[in-house]
Amino acid sequence: MTFMKKLLGATTALVVGAGAAIAEPALIFDLGGKFDKSFNEMAFTGAKRWADETGNSFREIELQSEAQREQALRRFAEAGANPIVMAGFAFASALETVADEYPDTKFAIIDMVVDKPNVRSVVFNEHEGSYLVGMMAAQASKSGTVGFIGGMDIPLIRKFACGYVQGAKAVNPNATVIQNMTGTTPAAWNDPVKGSELTKAQIAQGADVVYAAAGGTGVGVLQTAADEGILSIGVDSNQNYMHPGKVLTSMMKRVDNAVYDAFTQGENLETGFNVMGLSNGGVGYAMDDNNASLVSADMQAAVDAAAAAIGAGEITVHDYMSDNSCPVE
Amino acid sequence: MQKMPAWADIVLIPLISLFLAAAISGLVILGIGEDPVAAVKMMVSGAVGSTYGWGYTLYYATNFMFTGLAVAVAFHARMFNIGGEGQAMLGGLGVALVALYIPWPHWTVALIGCSVGAALLGAAWAYVPAVLQAKRGSHIVITTIMFNFIAAALLNYLLVNILRPPSSMDPATASFPASTHLPTLHDLLTPLGISFSKAAPANVSLVVALLAAVFVWLLIWRTKLGYEIRAFGQSESAAKYAGINPIKITVVSMLISGGLAGMMAINTTMGESERLILNMTEGAGFIGIAVALMGRSHPFGVVLASILFGFLYQGGAELALWTSIPRELIVVIQALVILFTGALDNMVRAPLEKMFIKLNRNKG
Repeated sequence: MTFMKKLLGATTALVVGAGAAIAEPALIFDLGGKFDKSFNEMAFTGAKRWADETGNSFREIELQSEAQREQALRRFAEAGANPIVMAGFAFASALETVADEYPDTKFAIIDMVVDKPNVRSVVFNEHEGSYLVGMMAAQASKSGTVGFIGGMDIPLIRKFACGYVQGAKAVNPNATVIQNMTGTTPAAWNDPVKGSELTKAQIAQGADVVYAAAGGTGVGVLQTAADEGILSIGVDSNQNYMHPGKVLTSMMKRVDNAVYDAFTQGENLETGFNVMGLSNGGVGYAMDDNNASLVSADMQAAVDAAAAAIGAGEITVHDYMSDNSCPVE
Repeated sequence: MQKMPAWADIVLIPLISLFLAAAISGLVILGIGEDPVAAVKMMVSGAVGSTYGWGYTLYYATNFMFTGLAVAVAFHARMFNIGGEGQAMLGGLGVALVALYIPWPHWTVALIGCSVGAALLGAAWAYVPAVLQAKRGSHIVITTIMFNFIAAALLNYLLVNILRPPSSMDPATASFPASTHLPTLHDLLTPLGISFSKAAPANVSLVVALLAAVFVWLLIWRTKLGYEIRAFGQSESAAKYAGINPIKITVVSMLISGGLAGMMAINTTMGESERLILNMTEGAGFIGIAVALMGRSHPFGVVLASILFGFLYQGGAELALWTSIPRELIVVIQALVILFTGALDNMVRAPLEKMFIKLNRNKG
């Protein structure tokens, strides 16, 4: 009996302890884990930037199983965390349920639309960013063959691929784009060895620029491309630094900005639809000292012109996910 | 040679193993600068300190019961079914097809229908490796593990290209109709006057899992088929001599095993997510092996081991939520328990047996 009391006491202490820090924001990483050198890590970078600048702290959890999605949302909401940001489209159904239960808590979901009054849905126009790097790939290619290596074969990655092909064909209608997906399971996000093999296979087929949209797998793609003396294109964060002079550019998807934004707005998070596109710096291509010698002024001018045209609506980049098909191969 | 008493075998050895695992885990936690006592308290209160915690513990335990029983049945026929993961995925597909394309009037009938669908597809997935083993001698460990990959690829293909609603980008099916939603323990226990957390995912599948455990016990120890399975497991040549058909036993025990693994899907797919998602097995197919080992392939042991692993999963989730102990370390703690209770079993057993023999001699 006394043991039970102690136990209950400990529980209460924990709950109180957890609830005392009112309105800490919380960040939930997807199954890929916090340090995936890609999507989740970008989210963490944004949260950390916010913490460093404001001196505040935030709660975080790396999920281990699907059932923990709802669990983590509920537990953070109960503990008073606000806003709660989740990195990944897979949270959608869990959030649909939980958002109604905690109307006073603000949620932000990245890469997905959840239509609830207290939810901010952040989506990125990856097809537009990929279109730009596709243009650069076709311009930099001497063989007229460029490659795409995706992570797990899901619609989101096909959206990257479709934008990339459209960009390459816009520059060179005869360009050949070789496409490979690393795998069909979540392990495909973190398989640099397979990424390296696929890169070698694409090189053998004539590709001389390879775009990796594959999370941690991309590390192997960039490494092999550098070793074999061809160019590569990084994804999500600016990966130009990984092999200076060998990475043509990186398709930036500023997940960090999305998290930073949400944390900065705090409890007054503006809810609704939030599109991160070319115009507001949500996606784009990376330029720095590491790739300055690879990108000629002409190339950059052409890409910037296309970016402006996309922003003005003069060029429409087809979004794979709007109809689950791609007009070009 | 004298043996130690049964209670020592069943209770004392697992307890000592658990204690050793906990002690080493404590050292590990201490090593990364966290308080091990607080961590244990948090795990216990988080996993069994509230009906909410129990709801999650039992939810995980239900998965492990199904997959653990699946491995246990195959063990009795001396077959190592590593394909629980793939069979469970196919079970999920069975649940999804039955729940989506047949209009069910009520969850009770839907539960029966989905269980049959899950068991059928799970068994079908085990059938091919079983026949290859029985007729061609292809080793079941290799074939079942390869079938896991095929199942993952198949599920992925179906979810991405066929079953996914056109507007969604999540590789998952549409949500199942409301008439197939299973009641949670909250819904079941409230009419009985017991209050149970509404948020927890444990559902009526737990009852099905417990029934499955009783079924396995009856099958293995109370039927002719079970006798044949055990005889075959003890010695194939002796079983043949006794007129037992090895092909039949291999195939039938694998079908039962696959069916049980497949039925895990009624808990995750029908009970929790209420749609088929890509990652629906959550590794339970592999945990089932550890559960069966720890439970000594006895249904009662499997049920207990399942609850222990459910506790580790849910307690681990609480640690991840409220401490900075990284996810990988929680896996280390879970692995230590598996190591001590499964692999290092003899480390505890041998000295304990000696001690009991000495005690008996002194008495004598």
